Amino acid sequence: MSLIGRAEPVAPGAVSAAACAHCGARLAPGQDRFCCTGCEGAHALVAGLGLASFYGRQATEAGTLRPEAMAAGLDLAPFAETMKDGTQRLELVVSGLTCGACVWLVEQALAAEPNVLSARASLSARRLTVTWRGAAARANDLVALLARLGFRVAPWSPACLRATEDAEGRELTRALGIAAFGSMNIMLVSVAVWVGTDMGPALRHGLHWLAALIGMPVVLIAGLPFYKSAWAAIRAGRPSMDLAISLGVLATALMSLSETIYNGPYTWFDGATMLLALLLAGRVFDRAARRRARQSVAELLALQEGIVTRLLADGRSEAIPAERAAAGDRILVAAGERLRLDGVAAAPALLDAAATTGESVPRSFEAGAALPAGAVNMGAAFTMTVTAAAKDGSLAAMARLLERAEQAKGRFVAVADRAARYYVPVVHAVAAVTFAVWWGVLDAPWQVALVNAVCVLLITCPCALALAVPAVQVVSVGALFRRGVLVTSATALERLATADLAVLDKTGTLTEGRPVLIPEGQDPEAVARAAAMARASRHPLAQALARACPEAPAADGVREIPGQGLERGDARLGSPIFCGLGPSADGMTLVFRDGAAEPVVFRFADRMRDDAPAAVTALRELGLDAELLSGDGEGAVSAVAWQAGIPDWRAGADPVTKQARIAALKEAGRRPLMVGDGINDAAALAAAHVSASPAGATDLAQTASDLVLQREGLGALPAAIRIARRAQAIARENIGLSLVYNVFAVPLAVAGLVTPLVAAAVMASSSIVVVLNALRAAKE
Amino acid sequence: MDSLLLLIPVSLFLGLLGLIGFLWALRSRQYEDLDGAAARILFDDQPRKETPP
Repeated sequence: MSLIGRAEPVAPGAVSAAACAHCGARLAPGQDRFCCTGCEGAHALVAGLGLASFYGRQATEAGTLRPEAMAAGLDLAPFAETMKDGTQRLELVVSGLTCGACVWLVEQALAAEPNVLSARASLSARRLTVTWRGAAARANDLVALLARLGFRVAPWSPACLRATEDAEGRELTRALGIAAFGSMNIMLVSVAVWVGTDMGPALRHGLHWLAALIGMPVVLIAGLPFYKSAWAAIRAGRPSMDLAISLGVLATALMSLSETIYNGPYTWFDGATMLLALLLAGRVFDRAARRRARQSVAELLALQEGIVTRLLADGRSEAIPAERAAAGDRILVAAGERLRLDGVAAAPALLDAAATTGESVPRSFEAGAALPAGAVNMGAAFTMTVTAAAKDGSLAAMARLLERAEQAKGRFVAVADRAARYYVPVVHAVAAVTFAVWWGVLDAPWQVALVNAVCVLLITCPCALALAVPAVQVVSVGALFRRGVLVTSATALERLATADLAVLDKTGTLTEGRPVLIPEGQDPEAVARAAAMARASRHPLAQALARACPEAPAADGVREIPGQGLERGDARLGSPIFCGLGPSADGMTLVFRDGAAEPVVFRFADRMRDDAPAAVTALRELGLDAELLSGDGEGAVSAVAWQAGIPDWRAGADPVTKQARIAALKEAGRRPLMVGDGINDAAALAAAHVSASPAGATDLAQTASDLVLQREGLGALPAAIRIARRAQAIARENIGLSLVYNVFAVPLAVAGLVTPLVAAAVMASSSIVVVLNALRAAKE
Repeated sequence: MDSLLLLIPVSLFLGLLGLIGFLWALRSRQYEDLDGAAARILFDDQPRKETPP
């Protein structure tokens, strides 16, 4: 029996009355145990499988595991791979897989299915590998099971692979292992030499050779990551921290080898390998923290991965990745689906083009008009003829614009590299002078002069300096991750700390970016009945209505009449025309008519996020004046600007104008933080000093951003800036601390007083001080 | 001093064993899912179903 098995089963009374028994979300008044029918079904499913002990250990964030009312209609059978022995294998990325108990639940639930041979989930990579015997189409049943439990899945994609296949990270870990082994074993020998003053020269020579035997290969192998990066720096013609490290380590190793051959009093192999081990530890941790963020972004992108339904000549349809569709293919665009490709339709279409243009109200496109990729179908399902394959379409053009903006931005020089530019030449000059003085002026033998010069290199080897910034990064990136902010770029925090202006997009950033019901005093009972019907549809307005009344159970026997509405008995919910009223101006209206009763009108609008004004105020308090930059019309933009308290706004900006505005601001010496979610913001995001995209942003915007907010709202942004500034201050402190160490240690080295014992003490203590100081960065 | 002739090789051998173990673990991808491994140690019950042959 497992620990999980031993956990008390969740009794009805044990769960707090205010939380959903499945997903943990807060319950609305009147709800008993579950926040929605999906959760009720999931709970019954889990209990039916005998896996109810899951709830005793669940540690997911509230609301993550809420099953969606409608599962996406993606056919996963083509993604299953047939193995040699006839079994099928499917690799998925699973969203919501955030705790050990989730891994257990997913694996156990799948393994309980007949024919499933194995199911293995990786918690760090959110990757699930499941194998089964039988037809490939079983994939859809298995995925449906996961969807009923509340996990959203997508096929494992190349983007996920890039984020995880971390060959470089593995190389670093291996180097760390080797360096740690080497430094510990050499230290055994070295300590014997340090304390063994009565040791005979023959024995000391033997011990030197032993240290060299371990030390030389360790220095050569474990230092490779640094040597490679240093070589790249030499070829680019700019000194880097890695160059200083490489020179210091190699010079120390060669000098120690020569001391070994001449049987000098000490060798410094312990110092060289310990230095490598400490530096590699810093790199490994730094990498691990960012890898987690990169993976979460890849997971979000995989869930958005474009799948289109292509109609074949014989009338059948097949699901294919968007990039496989060619110009001239006919594809089916379901109601509520996002267009993945440019095309033309034979019939008029109502599209929400907020992501491509920033307009907040859907627009209707004539038959034969060019439909932009990225828009969402707000009307009936229609057939579209593709006019450009994915790589030639408007999305690809936007991606190219983004790339150019990124190249034009130039390389940001991190503070550690800026320090290295001055530090490295100075240190090498001091070492050279030391050699010259000892050899030329004091007439010492050249071995002694060399030992002292190399000691300068070793003692100044920027051990603490190289740890100073990564240690802070690890701590603050981790702190941000826990607050739902993903940091994807290594220098993002540094840039965020120095931003002095916030440029905000409107639709989807300041506003929710999706329709929300405007309460106009409708009869609550009518709302509940309409919402119950609306649950049956994937149409964005119907879903907005269902969201407005989450406690309404899904109604049975609802029939969807494509492009018009829903019908159940003599009750109708749909477009005004469908319910016998005049057409609506903007397509943001639903009408509910129950038999002969008076029709109830529901109007929807894109509402401002609740925390937007507070976030704007908080940004201003941090010294970042806000500016609104939107592609929408003047009226809508000025209204939102006034509500959010932003005096400075610009309307009708297309992607190129947005990018130009950012470039103009940078020209004027400002350092703008761009926040945007749409395809039309991507180029501006890439061009900005630092950029962020809110939850639910389009994939293009997320790839272009330095920070991705995972939770709804903008509230995390001011907190992130505070953490970034604190991290920056601590990083500077750390650099200062390591410089202070050098001010004391370098004169000792120049005077020839540094024994390996002193070197080891200085290195270890300065590293510890810097790491301990970095731990303070997690506090806000 | 003769003891050194025995003890140094022994300590090196043991250290090498550790290093080889580490490299083996790295190669067999045991460092890929550290979070998962930490949680996995707590559940030891096998799936309650015999896989049909």
